[in-house]
Amino acid sequence: MLDISDLHVEVDGTETLHGINLHIGQGETHILMGPNGSGKSTLLKAIMGFGDYTITSGSIVFKGTDITRMPIHERARLGIGMMFQHPPAISGLKLGKLLTATSHLGNDAIEALAQTVNMEHFLTRDINVGFSGGEIKRSEVLQLKVQQPDFLMLDEPESGVDLENMSLMGKEIANLLEKDVHIVNRRKSGLIITHTGYILDYLEADQGHVLIDGRIRCHGNPREILRVVKEKGYGECLRCKQM
Amino acid sequence: MSALQTDVGDIERLPEKDRERLALTGLEVEMQNRCGSFFQIDQKVIQTTCGAEGIEMIPIKVALEKYDWVKDYSWNAVSPDKDKYTRYIAKQENPQGLVVIAHEGAKVEMPLQACLFLRDEPVQHVHNIFIAQEGAEINIISGCASSWQKEHGAHIGVTEIYVGKGAKVTSTMIHNWNPGISVFPRSAIVVEEDGTFLSNYVCMQPVRRVNMYPTARLIGKNAVARFSSIVVATPGSTLDLGSRAILGAEHTSAELVTRAITTGGTIISRGHILGEKDETRGHIECKGLILKDGIIHAIPEIEGTLTGTELSHEAAVGKIARNEIEYLMARGLSEEEATATIIRGFLDVKISGLPAVLQAQIDAAIDKAESGF
Repeated sequence: MLDISDLHVEVDGTETLHGINLHIGQGETHILMGPNGSGKSTLLKAIMGFGDYTITSGSIVFKGTDITRMPIHERARLGIGMMFQHPPAISGLKLGKLLTATSHLGNDAIEALAQTVNMEHFLTRDINVGFSGGEIKRSEVLQLKVQQPDFLMLDEPESGVDLENMSLMGKEIANLLEKDVHIVNRRKSGLIITHTGYILDYLEADQGHVLIDGRIRCHGNPREILRVVKEKGYGECLRCKQM
Repeated sequence: MSALQTDVGDIERLPEKDRERLALTGLEVEMQNRCGSFFQIDQKVIQTTCGAEGIEMIPIKVALEKYDWVKDYSWNAVSPDKDKYTRYIAKQENPQGLVVIAHEGAKVEMPLQACLFLRDEPVQHVHNIFIAQEGAEINIISGCASSWQKEHGAHIGVTEIYVGKGAKVTSTMIHNWNPGISVFPRSAIVVEEDGTFLSNYVCMQPVRRVNMYPTARLIGKNAVARFSSIVVATPGSTLDLGSRAILGAEHTSAELVTRAITTGGTIISRGHILGEKDETRGHIECKGLILKDGIIHAIPEIEGTLTGTELSHEAAVGKIARNEIEYLMARGLSEEEATATIIRGFLDVKISGLPAVLQAQIDAAIDKAESGF
């Protein structure tokens, strides 16, 4: 599904990712962990193709197509979707209008999807303007349910979400990743940034990666990585690599 | 039904291009969603008809002859000595224009249309008077346009609007001129106790110059005025616009809202609210988008003279934020589609209490302009 080779990314003229290699197969979900400022969000945004994230060398191949230089919207149309941690508030643009503009769904279908995440009363609201943390997340999930990407990137889906919303979000994200479909037939893949690992209460992940200072330090069983980080902190990951 | 003059044939004989331009300013020849119509080409009144009970639409000369008291409303809100444009109109021996009288308690949601069309003459001048008597409610859609082949000319208009006790007037004005036309509307509004005045102004097509600064005087308790403007300045256009509200009675309030876009032209967005009585509130909001190098100059003024007034303003001028465009691109919109979607939202000033047909007309003007962004 996704193949990243020796990826170097600059932000504001400073290299922040130093040779990332990552392979995510069809139907797989990977977890990305790492301390604040280690480059996790940068990696997601570089995969999405945002302008401030300059790829200086290396490549990103998605579904067999080299997308390293592809504009954002073409990546989206090819099947890459992203849940933003801090999406912009856009004055005047109604959530419902955006969903209509980005899909072929009719108003009834959009309304029905909105109801599944308790967002039906937000369709006529300016997108993200005055939304609470939980409302922003539900709005993001709704947009992704409309978009139906094959590869889903989630930037800290747990942050700012209360327990009740977390349960709803966890189930919806599991559905987006086709966790109810048998592994053999599952088509959807995902890459999830998490600090707490709460998302693992709702879905199984196939692999975990620890990113420190712009380098992936280790791969492994996601629950095991989470346990080590919880018990010993990221310092252990640093030491582990040096040994 | 008072049909003083009706010759729809004259409108239908206009070339297709002109009829399209007029349709975009709100003119409906078939009148399906209109309850009255006034149509003036240059200095000739082609049509006045009104089918709404309690409401009259008549040429100003007829109105002055028919009702002795109409003269008390003429040159009352606007002084004939205000400037050279008002003096020009005041000295006309053969004044043209429209008088709307909404008699006491007459309420009509369906709009009255007033169309002023500049075609052959160098200057079109009009003097309009809208009178909503106690408890009356009317919606007026004024479309001002020039013929597609008209290269140069000027439109000078005085409009005096009187909103009586508990009355409500919604005035929506859509301009559709040509790059060589200059426009000088001179309007003033007087709002009495419990009266409401809503003004919507849309100008999104090229024009040489528009210069106007309507003033609403709120003279009765609880009177409300709200001006909303949606304007686009294309290269070569200078839009010097503003609106003023004088909170001259207790519990009055005013709001002046502007959305301005330049694609190379100049917009001066003025606003002035004067709070001079207790329990008054006023707010000015001007948001400007510079899509291509041009000028947006916002000059919001708030002036209070006593402790009991609360006035505020906010103004912002800039370009579309890159992260907003990229957010929509991440959902699959191309850069052009994302930009147009954001602009569309920026211009979407939903005006509470605006009838759907008027909103539809504003939306149509935005749709038409959008293709040029």
